[in-house]
Amino acid sequence: MIIQGVALLAFCTLAGAYVGDLIGALIGVKANVGGVGVAMILLIAARYALMKQGRLSEGLKGGVSFWSMMYIPIVVAMAAQQNVVAAVRGGPMVLIAGTLVVAVSFALVRALGGRPASPEVGS
Amino acid sequence: MIEALEKVLLSQGLLAAFVIVGVIMLVSEAASSTLTRGRIHPSAIAIVIGLCLAYLGGRASGGEKGLADISYFSGVGLLGGAMLRDFAIVATAFDVDIREAGRAGLVGAASILIGVLAPFVIGAGVAHAFGYSDAVSMTTIGAGAVTYIVGPVTGAALGASSDVMALSIATGVLKAVLVMVATPALAPLIGLDNPRSAMIFGGVMGTTSGVTAGLAATDPKLVPYGALTSTFYTGVGCLLGPSALFLAVRAVTGG
Repeated sequence: MIIQGVALLAFCTLAGAYVGDLIGALIGVKANVGGVGVAMILLIAARYALMKQGRLSEGLKGGVSFWSMMYIPIVVAMAAQQNVVAAVRGGPMVLIAGTLVVAVSFALVRALGGRPASPEVGS
Repeated sequence: MIEALEKVLLSQGLLAAFVIVGVIMLVSEAASSTLTRGRIHPSAIAIVIGLCLAYLGGRASGGEKGLADISYFSGVGLLGGAMLRDFAIVATAFDVDIREAGRAGLVGAASILIGVLAPFVIGAGVAHAFGYSDAVSMTTIGAGAVTYIVGPVTGAALGASSDVMALSIATGVLKAVLVMVATPALAPLIGLDNPRSAMIFGGVMGTTSGVTAGLAATDPKLVPYGALTSTFYTGVGCLLGPSALFLAVRAVTGG
């Protein structure tokens, strides 16, 4: 059933948020710490457990994957409610930070072993 | 007539938001295939359109919540709000296969960690250079340089101001767009022509839309390998951003 997938997702998200709040309180940060990450790990673990028991139904998967596919539209809606007017004032900062980050990241890919495995390049 | 339409839009704002975002996605797909011949991923164009609408909305309303401050579009605030945002991000983790992930091995895991740390340090450093010297702002902008998801998740957790959030997202969006556009051109230089390097690439770049679109334009066969590591990237970023990285920045800046 689709609702099982949605319910599982909601449970993991809520549990993650709760754990995140607890971690925040523990380390003295007035915030949710890593709640989303914890929820993701919970969901992966739940999927694994269900798969082992053979209870990972198509409906359940559909209930989760619908929301997974809604992620980009939701990010678009999130972008549409940001304080862009204020951000425009920081234009050069965004440009410098973004460009620098991408340049360094490409160099890192090469350094970490992204070199061609074989001598012949340009296949 | 107009009053009846207003009433529907105001009382059923979330449905109005579905329509608005649906139209944005449609326009983005058309623009992606016709104007950029598919080189720039539709989602990146849609996000840029969203940011433009937020600018127009902010200008029109004088508020801090972009398009959501215009009453007819208030549903956009619910659709893009913290609850559904976190819900959908958690859902993306469902497709991660642990055994497949194991094949990426140690270098894949290392690339994610280095790939999160390097942009964070650069982003936080540039933020500091531009006068955003408090720990919350530096962490939020640094996290935005990780991805445009990690930025707002971190900023929301730390209670960053909305303009810092917008800078953070803008940095992440620019990163995603640059990765999409530059990857096909730079792929031969960094040896991006096999599954292993694609996994490293996904782990270092991390921005899923940038990685998948960039790899699709380079060699479609490499897409799943890059997506595999980049799926973890946002999770690792969301985990570290508001916690370890924030504490590290706070320790360095002293406040």
